[in-house]
Amino acid sequence: MKTHVLFNLFATFLLADGLNIEVSVFDFSLQLQISHRFVFLILNFTRNVAPLLINTQLFTRFLSRISQDSAGQFFSSGHTNNWAVLVCTSRFWFNYRHVANTLSVYRSVKRLGIPDSHIVLMLADDMACNHRNPKPATVFSHKNMELNVYGDDVEVDYRGYEVTVENFLRVLTGRLPPSTPRSKRLLSDDRSNILIYLTGHGGNGFLKFQDSEEISNVELADAFEQMWQKRRYNELLFIIDTCQGASMYERFYSPNLMALASSQVGEDSLSHQPDLAIGVHLMDRYTFYLLEFLEDIHPASKANMNDLFKVCPKSQCVSTPGHRTDLFLRDPGSVLITDFFGSVRKVEITTEAIDLTDPIKEVEERYMHSYVDQLPVSEIIHQKPKQKDWHPPDGFILGLWTLILLVFFQTYGVKHLRHIF
Amino acid sequence: MFLSERRRGQLAALSIAAVVIIVGVPLWWRTTETYRAWLPVSQIKELAKLQLQLSADVEVVFARGTVTPEQQKKVPLTQTQEEERAIDGDLIILFLILLIRNTKLESKFFSCHVLFLPEDTALSESPCGSLVVYVIPESSSLLPEDVNVYIGQRRTALLRIGPQMRVGKTLEQLLAHLEPRIKQVLQVMSFSHNDITAALSDRVRFSPDNKESIADSMRAFKSSPGYEITFSLLNPDPKSHRLHWDIEGAVQTYIQPLLTKLSPVANFSIDSQTLYYTMLGVNPRFDTSRSAYTLNADSLAHVINPVEARLGSNAASSNPVLNFLLYVPDAQHSPLYIQGRKKQEVPSNAFHSPRWGGIMVYNVNGFYGSEPEFPVDINIDMAKVMGVFLAQLRLLLGVQSSTPPPGFLVARCGSTGLADWELDRLMWSRSVENVATATTTITSLAQLLDQIGNIVINDNIAQQVSSAVTSLQLAVAELEAGNLGFALQYSKEAILASEKAFFDPSLLHLLYFPDDQKFAIYIPLFLPMCVPILLSLLKIVSEARQRLEC
Repeated sequence: MKTHVLFNLFATFLLADGLNIEVSVFDFSLQLQISHRFVFLILNFTRNVAPLLINTQLFTRFLSRISQDSAGQFFSSGHTNNWAVLVCTSRFWFNYRHVANTLSVYRSVKRLGIPDSHIVLMLADDMACNHRNPKPATVFSHKNMELNVYGDDVEVDYRGYEVTVENFLRVLTGRLPPSTPRSKRLLSDDRSNILIYLTGHGGNGFLKFQDSEEISNVELADAFEQMWQKRRYNELLFIIDTCQGASMYERFYSPNLMALASSQVGEDSLSHQPDLAIGVHLMDRYTFYLLEFLEDIHPASKANMNDLFKVCPKSQCVSTPGHRTDLFLRDPGSVLITDFFGSVRKVEITTEAIDLTDPIKEVEERYMHSYVDQLPVSEIIHQKPKQKDWHPPDGFILGLWTLILLVFFQTYGVKHLRHIF
Repeated sequence: MFLSERRRGQLAALSIAAVVIIVGVPLWWRTTETYRAWLPVSQIKELAKLQLQLSADVEVVFARGTVTPEQQKKVPLTQTQEEERAIDGDLIILFLILLIRNTKLESKFFSCHVLFLPEDTALSESPCGSLVVYVIPESSSLLPEDVNVYIGQRRTALLRIGPQMRVGKTLEQLLAHLEPRIKQVLQVMSFSHNDITAALSDRVRFSPDNKESIADSMRAFKSSPGYEITFSLLNPDPKSHRLHWDIEGAVQTYIQPLLTKLSPVANFSIDSQTLYYTMLGVNPRFDTSRSAYTLNADSLAHVINPVEARLGSNAASSNPVLNFLLYVPDAQHSPLYIQGRKKQEVPSNAFHSPRWGGIMVYNVNGFYGSEPEFPVDINIDMAKVMGVFLAQLRLLLGVQSSTPPPGFLVARCGSTGLADWELDRLMWSRSVENVATATTTITSLAQLLDQIGNIVINDNIAQQVSSAVTSLQLAVAELEAGNLGFALQYSKEAILASEKAFFDPSLLHLLYFPDDQKFAIYIPLFLPMCVPILLSLLKIVSEARQRLEC
């Protein structure tokens, strides 16, 4: 172990010298504990240092605002609308529980008042109409088929193969093609509170999408930073229910983010109970107890985030749920659950009215009805084809080596290898 | 053979190394670099400092009795006043007020009744952004006793000289007396420090002066190139009430003039719908003292959500939607009144939600007797309804200003629902907001593209950014010159271009390669090739050194 550590140290300095990175001993001593892949650990510096340097300006501005802002605490929340982005990233029948997780949160969020137009629901596979489902058109979240979370009022915005890392990041940052309909967009503004729920299979620093690609925690943190730059949220609650979920929120650096995860780094999130009739596990433990907690919340409830942090202690969950609130400006005890899960509107009484005395004009011409331009058709038709990057033909590199080696050996013969070695 | 074997081997190794370095490395570099068009980064940094200069023209007209003819000749023609305010450290805004004074003794206009204002004549066609202030003597009877300033519907104001200026005043004293009062009028009619701070709420988040300005900034929609307005009639009881509303005529008569007046600010599209069997989400309580059903203010917050799920929306654009709902209670729950927080009556029977829209409850039980034959045909009084909706629309668009200072009398806005100076106020704050937002967008885009070296920057993005920068510079220049209309137009163009550049779908950075992955890809490709070359070069060097030694 000691030689391993020493080797790591040596290699660190060697490579860091080459890459012209300033190494501070304090920083990487923390890294040593986490992983023993030495290349990975050394090159974490570029990830740590670069964003910090670039965002110091943001940080100092942000910190100065905190010190001014103690007076602002007594205004509750400061949001006027709520959005929810609920994503299930796994496909295949045996990942039934992830779809059930997402649909349970969807139900709770709808029940507490967020309308479908403000929910972006992404399900990577269709369990309700899967041909292995013995009860078609249903997705149950509890043994003995007590709660059908699919119901008949589900609006899935991204389904099947549309759930990709690219689409997810496009939804978050708003960089969607102009032909995307309103229901597939996250049209939040600077007074929106957004709830983001992710579930699926994950690991240390990544989340797997569709069994073929992954999103890393750095990409997620960068996406949230871009949302902050464009003021696309007022406050954001991030919940993740995967194995080693806490690694996904380690990299966040934008203000007003609160994060919850179902397990710490190095732990697995476990599923709750299998159902013998359906044949798969129906839900994950963390989301199961989260759903139980949310069923007690109604739109006028005053429960706050500290109660949410207590959901699913280690005795029930086996893994240790974690949370992160250091980037959040308000005290979690003053944040209501309905600030994120529900949609309680602020209202004001209209005290004035304008006196209108003109009589109503007769509308003379019946103008012809016309359809609004749904798609920028002329732009689409006349689009130039995308320039594909030129790649060298496959095997080019192999061919190049072979050529070099052949030429060398042909000219000089094998016995002249001593020129090299 | 001219060369010895060893020599040939060395030459071969050297030439291969030369080919790799001279041909191979540049070829690899060119084929793996991403195309990044040039962005005007220095200009963007300049703009990011955001030094705005707002100037308003005020024309001051002295009526007879305020200045003597000798003083009149000595009045200076123009005078400027500057005021610098810093907001959040890196922005400095100068309020530059140009006062063009000229004197005209048009006293005949002032001899009539107070409601006949000179603005009704062709005298005052002030261009947008400027004001005319008429100074009237203290003894004038045009204004009521306790009112010192009257603000008209167009861009004019009447200012009464204070009592201390009655006897033996010199010109300098008069001017010194008038300046702060004219400044106060300007703050009400054009822009004030609070308004500008509220407009910059993107950049200056948490420094409010008072709760009112926060509520104001939360209530009004943010500046957007277009808005959609939807009028909905909710009829939960079609068996009892058959409702008729002439929405097209009402919109044409009452709402359209306002929207036409606001057309420099944004585009509006209106649609309407009728929804049947849609109940409110809360049960009203029967109040025996008023023998009517009441909804109190706390339960109003829960009314909107169940209704909103049923409202359609125009799916073709991403503009913000303003919803105006007219709810006619069912026969069992009529009449239905809204109560304020302190249980007071609400004459308009309506409430609104910030950045969403408004709901009005319209009771129809007065239209029929106690034993009617259901269903009853009812024609809705659109003038009353539209009066309330118009007031809510003004609030939601940010037109309504805070209460004026004491001693001010503000004329009621005309039938369009918007006074000219209110439009000017909106245009000032929208211009500043647009300029600030566009600047922030462009700056963060430049920062983002700088930070992530792997993003491809296409030519169209570079072009959008350049046009946004140009429009911003023009907008700032026009604000300085006081041309409000042009400033707003340029700021709108800047916003459109900057949003298009920022939200371009091609800017998605999915090319995050952690450095260990980059090494993992390149090492198996280049290391086997480089090892023989490097080692042979090393051998050459060591042999040369050996020869030197011995």
